Amino acid sequence: MADMSLEKTKMPEQAPDVRNKNFLEVAKGYTPELAEKESHRCLGCKNPRCVEGCPVNVPIPEFIGCIQKGDMEGAYHALSRANALPAVCGRVCPQESQCEGRCVRAIRGESVGIGRLERYVADWALENNIANTDKAPDNGHKVAVIGSGPAGLTCAGELARMGYQVTIFEAFHVAGGVLSYGIPEFRLPKTIVEKEVDKLRALGVDIQLNMVIGKVLSIDELFERGYEAVFVGSGAGLPQFMKIPGESLVGVFSANEYLTRINLMKAYKPDSATPIFESKKVAVVGGGNVAMDAARCAKRMGADVHIVYRRGEAELPARAEEVHHAREEGIHFDLLCNPTMIEGDEKGRVRSMKVIRMELGEPDASGRRRPVPIEGSEFEMEVDTVIVAIGTSPNPLIRSTTPGLEANKRGCITTDETGATSREGVFCGGDAATGAATVILAMGAGKTAAKSIHNYIMGKN
Amino acid sequence: MPEKYEIVRKKVLTPDISSISVYAPLIAGKARAGQFIILRATAEAERIPLTVSSVDGELVTVVYQKVGDSTMTLDELEAGECLHDFVGPLGEPTPIEGVKRAAVVGGGLGCAIALPVSKALHDAGAKVDLIGGFRTKDIVILEDEMRAACDDLYICTDDGSYGYAGFTTGKLEELLKAGEKYDRVYAIGPLVMMKFVCKVTEKYDIPTIVSMNPIMIDGTGMCGCCRVTVDGQVKFACVDGPDFDGHKIDFDETIARAATYKEFEQRRRAEHKCRLEGMNNG
Repeated sequence: MADMSLEKTKMPEQAPDVRNKNFLEVAKGYTPELAEKESHRCLGCKNPRCVEGCPVNVPIPEFIGCIQKGDMEGAYHALSRANALPAVCGRVCPQESQCEGRCVRAIRGESVGIGRLERYVADWALENNIANTDKAPDNGHKVAVIGSGPAGLTCAGELARMGYQVTIFEAFHVAGGVLSYGIPEFRLPKTIVEKEVDKLRALGVDIQLNMVIGKVLSIDELFERGYEAVFVGSGAGLPQFMKIPGESLVGVFSANEYLTRINLMKAYKPDSATPIFESKKVAVVGGGNVAMDAARCAKRMGADVHIVYRRGEAELPARAEEVHHAREEGIHFDLLCNPTMIEGDEKGRVRSMKVIRMELGEPDASGRRRPVPIEGSEFEMEVDTVIVAIGTSPNPLIRSTTPGLEANKRGCITTDETGATSREGVFCGGDAATGAATVILAMGAGKTAAKSIHNYIMGKN
Repeated sequence: MPEKYEIVRKKVLTPDISSISVYAPLIAGKARAGQFIILRATAEAERIPLTVSSVDGELVTVVYQKVGDSTMTLDELEAGECLHDFVGPLGEPTPIEGVKRAAVVGGGLGCAIALPVSKALHDAGAKVDLIGGFRTKDIVILEDEMRAACDDLYICTDDGSYGYAGFTTGKLEELLKAGEKYDRVYAIGPLVMMKFVCKVTEKYDIPTIVSMNPIMIDGTGMCGCCRVTVDGQVKFACVDGPDFDGHKIDFDETIARAATYKEFEQRRRAEHKCRLEGMNNG
């Protein structure tokens, strides 16, 4: 009998005024009892709309049905068949606009907590060392994957299961891409990322760290070394700045820099060899997930933090849960506000930021109402730190060193729907092709490209 | 065969400056004068950018000065031990095409980078004056190597204990006054030295390339930490540089940015010294 309660089963969390002083995970995950209770809210629809809403088409009613029966191994196998990084997705996917957004239960009340259940199953498998090792025999073909973020890891995992010899080339000293350098520990513990990456290694994927493709080896040299196809999953790592006066003052950081120091280099730990700026009052400019992550990190480092966003509440691009968590943790939201300049002291350090109030006008090209400045509404915020989180674009390193690889004017590598680029044998997916988007869309693209690479290599041989 | 990132040779050049030659065949095959690597000495260490000083077969040599906690940690590794990470070559090579007559000015540790630039120019057929500045005679490094990489070497010491008595800018101006005509001047060293070399060459209208060494993390254009303002435009030293037109750089901003983590660095350095002394006393 289905549980017809209108609300999702709550997931235990650290209290806001406790967690905003530590980097431990905010949401603690379901207990077996809570997971079982929530699983019974799923009606097991014959035509599950949730699956259509998932970029990697996880068989959601099937895995939740297994939880209902207490068959955790079955649940994990159903989940991991479709999703190479379930412990990650259960934590960071924008479920409200994907699977949960389509859930029939959301018509009246809240959707099934699909993300929470996904996380529960994936964590159960990690704790119990259950892995999905289904794999075709070695087919002798070599594929190179550039970047070990969500797109690259997914593509590599899919190809390894099909029997390919896959090598991932990662520029950093740690695998995971944005999962390691970008998303903070309190939202996605790095031990989880490491364990998911280890599962790929166990499938035979070779991960070579400290390899900046485009510098140490070009894509053409990868072909010379016997790789028959290359997948580019190099992400969108190039930070955009606002191009307003004062942006090079000491105390102005890209969110990428601030988060990389904290997440990748562990600068939040008191004994870290990598420094982090000691801030008292921080303005984070932007309203996306990256802005929320940076703001919540700065709060945990002891600062008073303001989010400054040029549109309104309804337009905040961040996941609803991140905005909610940020508010609970005491982060201030200055909405409909846009910085016009940053002012410094005699030592070249940030002293304040000038901001103008905005109102929403007619919808723009993105369909959202365009923010328009209100004349004469400028005011000054006294801050010592400004973190710019207004977006990133693809890094030019690969396209500038690969002759014949076409990109659009925003620097995104051009692909067709199969992930094929303008260069034969070169495929691309994730943020490198779309510009900054989500983990799960990158994973979907990695999966699609893996199929295309398989068709390409099989067609050639 | 050495292991990955193994320190095959280590040379103490002065009590504060050492060079290490690291086994990194792929990087050795690609690195050109002016490019840099990023290394981490241990699993917990900071990422430090160092410009390549020379390449010998499959070995990449970098020179470092023990100025802070991270370089002191690096210095604890000896030949036969391995660095945890070594990545590169990063940045763009120093432009040398078309230069027939050049002056290369190095200051202190910067001489280790001036060396490959001078050598590249010299090998390409340019006539090169290499001016190397040091505080005093005892800390002159790489003199023989520099002499072999140029036509005329001028060592300068601030205290006059060796070579020309005074700053590199003084020697450069002396050469210019004597009628030397350079197509281009290259300056590599402390920010203040580069700033003043540029002031001299501006008077003589000589194009000048400076090598920036700002704070960096990834070295691939990802964090924007290393941004410098060149001719009013924001550039990333790691991917657009590290070499820029010295007459267009906002040196004062760059000098302020270099001091971003000064207090942290001083504290870590003091803590590191305490740990070393603790070990010696224990």
